[in-house]
Amino acid sequence: MDYYDDNDNENLEVMLLLEAVNAKYGYDFRSYARASIKRRIRHRMSVSGIKKITEVIERLIYDKSFFTDLLGDFSISTTEMFRDPGFFQALRKTVFPVLQRLPFIKIWVAGCSTGEEVYSLAILLREEKLYEKSMIYATDYCNKSLTTAKEGIYNIKSIKKYAANYIQAGGIQSFSDYFKAEADSAAIDPSLRQNMVFSIHNLAADGVFGEMNIILCRNVLIYFNRELQNKVFGLFTQSLEEGGYLCLGSKETIRLSTYSDNYDEMLRDEKIYRRNSAPVSYSKPSAHPVATPEFVTKGGELIRDVKAKMEELDYLLNSVGSLPGQS
Amino acid sequence: MKYEAIVIGTSAGGLDAVKTLCAHLPADFSVPIAAVLHLHRNTKDDLITLLNREIRLTVKYAEDKEQIQKGCLFIAPPDYHLLIEDDRTFSLSVDEPVNYSRPSIDVLFESAADVFREHIIGIILTGANKDGSLGLRRIKERGGTTIVENPRTAQYSEMPLAAIAEVEVDYILDINEITNKVMELLLRSKCKTS
Ligand SMILES: C[S@@+](CC[C@H](N)C(=O)[O-])C[C@H]1O[C@@H](n2cnc3c(N)ncnc32)[C@H](O)[C@@H]1O
Repeated sequence: MDYYDDNDNENLEVMLLLEAVNAKYGYDFRSYARASIKRRIRHRMSVSGIKKITEVIERLIYDKSFFTDLLGDFSISTTEMFRDPGFFQALRKTVFPVLQRLPFIKIWVAGCSTGEEVYSLAILLREEKLYEKSMIYATDYCNKSLTTAKEGIYNIKSIKKYAANYIQAGGIQSFSDYFKAEADSAAIDPSLRQNMVFSIHNLAADGVFGEMNIILCRNVLIYFNRELQNKVFGLFTQSLEEGGYLCLGSKETIRLSTYSDNYDEMLRDEKIYRRNSAPVSYSKPSAHPVATPEFVTKGGELIRDVKAKMEELDYLLNSVGSLPGQS
Repeated sequence: MKYEAIVIGTSAGGLDAVKTLCAHLPADFSVPIAAVLHLHRNTKDDLITLLNREIRLTVKYAEDKEQIQKGCLFIAPPDYHLLIEDDRTFSLSVDEPVNYSRPSIDVLFESAADVFREHIIGIILTGANKDGSLGLRRIKERGGTTIVENPRTAQYSEMPLAAIAEVEVDYILDINEITNKVMELLLRSKCKTS
């Protein structure tokens, strides 16, 4: 069989699988970057000894626990405390001084995974004496990750690794003060959880979280295709106060989206953007294009052009018809 | 048949090998190149500056959702996996390391094999681990062309050896023979299509 066919068939199977997941369980992965999704499916196939994607579809429809495993595969939860220390340092130096003036700070951490990032943020807020007037909303669509996040108990080995990040991020205490260590685990200081709310929220499906001063959404958008990225930027733009900050992962950018003009680039390398006062035009789904006045005028011109061309063509055809030797 | 992409995977000793391989390619080289180099996560942009100084192609870290273009050598950014999508754009991921590596050669090669099938050349160069051999196998299975640096002359032989053990590779060559082979393959494939 031709390799072309092979690949097209496989793409078709992947598409059907994602449709099935959406229809049956309401999780919408249809707008996720496909290459990564394919990798996850193949991983599940090799673990479960399945040869064809169509078999995966059958299994996931009839076997809920199989679906749960697959969902786990799809939910890449890799995270760490103070990942990209430079970002946290910038947050502390550039953004926090501005927050000092606010009576109350609302922060949304979207795609918080197992919580390491949220606690990192809480530690910095505490060290800058901002924590008491802060409220952090930590959300993810993966229930399992959120449960871990709420518990705040981590492997002691990874905590040791994070200590270096913490210092690079400009931490001013002894990192171990924030944990209660057991034999092979460490529990985060529960007082860091005082002003935190954890809840399920699916960026692909759920709505706005209002009036935030900061939104952190790091290393989540790279898993989405451009359309979904744009939709989520719309959601963030609606959820942010004017002057609020949007913080993305080090390889993510709002530049390619239709909301680019609504943000000023505060720190380019650290991907910290600030919502400005430019009016927002929320993009409509592309299936329903909006007829702007320019669009209507342009359309009219085009139709007139076409009419003129048709007349010209008619004339030419007529003259061809009257050439000698033609019948 | 016409080649649409070249992917390169290398680890220890890889920077020099990539420089040698690309040194004689023209600035408007007709096939885009993407490479995984197993860089340390704190590698700064100096590496890109350095490569740009030494070779004529435009060298840059691949960005998320960026379109693959000819005349460019795209490098997987440190600490991210690099993948290729059907619409010939890149995507990045922070999935857990594969073969203890992020970026991983296997991840790039497997996704590239899916997209480009027989229209790709996969190259494994010097390195001191086994990443890349499964990816190279996928390229071969999908009809692509595979080249591995000669382990006897490579700076580090483990990666080439692992690839040769896993795949029946098309060409095993010294580093300074690879560029010529690539040129020859491209020329031959062009003659066939026209
Ligand atoms: C790679 S982790 C990043 C975690 C953390 N923000 C960081 O940068 O370290 C990606 C997270 O995004 C979450 N995620 C993926 N799709 C999502 C969606 N549609 N809605 C909410 N969260 C999502 C995953 O469950 C996972 O926890």
